[in-house]
Amino acid sequence: MTRSALPGFAIAVAVLIAGLLFAFTVGRYPVSLAELMQVLTAKLTGGQSGASQAVESVIMQVRGPRVLAAAMVGAALAVAGTAFQGLFRNPLVSPDILGASSGAALGAVVGIFFSLGVVAIQALAFAGGLFAVAAVYLIGSAMRTRDPILVLVLTGVVVGSLLGAGVGLVKYLADPYNQLPAMTFWLLGSLSAASAADLLPLFGPVALGTSVLIALRWRMNVMSLPEEEARALGVSTGPLRIAIVAAATLTTSASVATAGIIGWVGLVVPHLARALVGPDFARLIPAAAILGGGYLLLIDTLARTVAEVEIPLGILTAVIGTPFFIWLLTGMQRNWS
Amino acid sequence: MRLEGGALSIGYPGHVVGRGLDVALDTGEVLALLGPNGGGKTTLLKTLLGLLTPLAGDVRLDGKPLGDYSIGGRARIIAYVPQVHIGTFAFTVETVVLMGRTAHGSLFSRPSAHDHEVAASALARFGIAHLSQRPYTEISGGERQLVLLARALAQEPRFIVLDEPTASLDFGNQGKVMAEIRALAASGHGVLFTTHDPNHALRAADRAFLLREGTQVAEGPVAQVLNKTQLEALYRAPVETVVDAAGKTAFLPG
Repeated sequence: MTRSALPGFAIAVAVLIAGLLFAFTVGRYPVSLAELMQVLTAKLTGGQSGASQAVESVIMQVRGPRVLAAAMVGAALAVAGTAFQGLFRNPLVSPDILGASSGAALGAVVGIFFSLGVVAIQALAFAGGLFAVAAVYLIGSAMRTRDPILVLVLTGVVVGSLLGAGVGLVKYLADPYNQLPAMTFWLLGSLSAASAADLLPLFGPVALGTSVLIALRWRMNVMSLPEEEARALGVSTGPLRIAIVAAATLTTSASVATAGIIGWVGLVVPHLARALVGPDFARLIPAAAILGGGYLLLIDTLARTVAEVEIPLGILTAVIGTPFFIWLLTGMQRNWS
Repeated sequence: MRLEGGALSIGYPGHVVGRGLDVALDTGEVLALLGPNGGGKTTLLKTLLGLLTPLAGDVRLDGKPLGDYSIGGRARIIAYVPQVHIGTFAFTVETVVLMGRTAHGSLFSRPSAHDHEVAASALARFGIAHLSQRPYTEISGGERQLVLLARALAQEPRFIVLDEPTASLDFGNQGKVMAEIRALAASGHGVLFTTHDPNHALRAADRAFLLREGTQVAEGPVAQVLNKTQLEALYRAPVETVVDAAGKTAFLPG
């Protein structure tokens, strides 16, 4: 009854390609597929595209950075969600658990509050995310109980709510005319400000975190067994858990620093990827990355095209994610796969 | 090779479950651990597996303190068969058995061709090779127990420790698992299992260890230790002995 992973990967890649084409061509300034191909081929070969200056600038300057950022943020959130779901043996958790997202958000709003530069805001988001996870982890492991995983998840919820209060305080203190709208819009999730300068600070941490998780793929399979079983199979669960959490938090923080809080992607996409290629992390992590990139590209394109004003990403992912998740839950009683 | 615990106090920090326990298991023999619920069977099992540190006394493996072994080194000598669980993710049976090979690989490695061979022969030994590509979540309880046994065997250990291997099985599968436990000892493994049924101990074990409220009630060859008097003292309940014409003994509760 096993399925080869190839058809599943083909579907994930098809979604990514569809997302890329959709994101490049649709918008206030429509670009035809032929023009897109002309410009991309010309860029790759170094020749003249023959397309108009305006078309070239829309593709390369306006949509290009945003498309790449959306693909990377989607991949980062999906990979982090996949790792957290495996680690906590719970298909219902996401990067928001452990306070990773809210810690990064608090770091970033503090940066905006003090009118710091982009790099400083990114660094504060990383610091906030890692600090939040470290706090959750230390508090959680200080309590000796029979069910450390549950304690960790509950601690994450509590710390996340405290950090949310911190974000609320910064918003309350912020200049209501200049800072508050920027903070609010960014917190709801948006890629409208993504520029070429954002791409490298996003790519580095996402690539590093994802590489660590792919390298640990087999151990992550074993880590999804009950703790004592994993240890009896020869896995040092403590250090490995820290490595996996750190890697997943790194990709989450990088995406929060770039695009604000975009919920549900890290929860929904791992499910879809698991349905496509099965639960083995060796296949699941790459499949989730590809699918997450395509998924967020489609949603981001919807966000900037369906209405006169741009809709915050977090709102769209929630509107799409919630009913999908409820539907998943009803079907899932039969089988997690 | 010998796995032994001397003058063991077992339990969790701040909560002593058992005291003064002396237990030993040699390769090639089967030891059954019997006793009422809450008496410390599982805690003793986890202490001997190195998953819990003894509060006093020490556990030695091949004469060396168990704590001196690396977590991987220990897993290459002692395998654990937990009570059957369903599992969160629908890994294939083959993947579950391959997980037994983890301690033979490095931190970043995937199972090798050799690991696949070991897993395949473990599946074949328990007659479940045909299940190899089925999701572990979709097979029967008896089949899952055999898969976990195959995973333990794939670890290529010297000792196999089983927590209530017959608890959730139907009558036929109970017999099958008992027979496999005997076969594992015959192939040179030391086997320790807990059970609620003294007849299983009588049938599959060489020696029995009787544990009540954290205290060692008796330990020795099954023929000596398992009798009406000991069992009634162990469970504080009446026990009836049935002997057939050939002299085979069985116990009935009540």
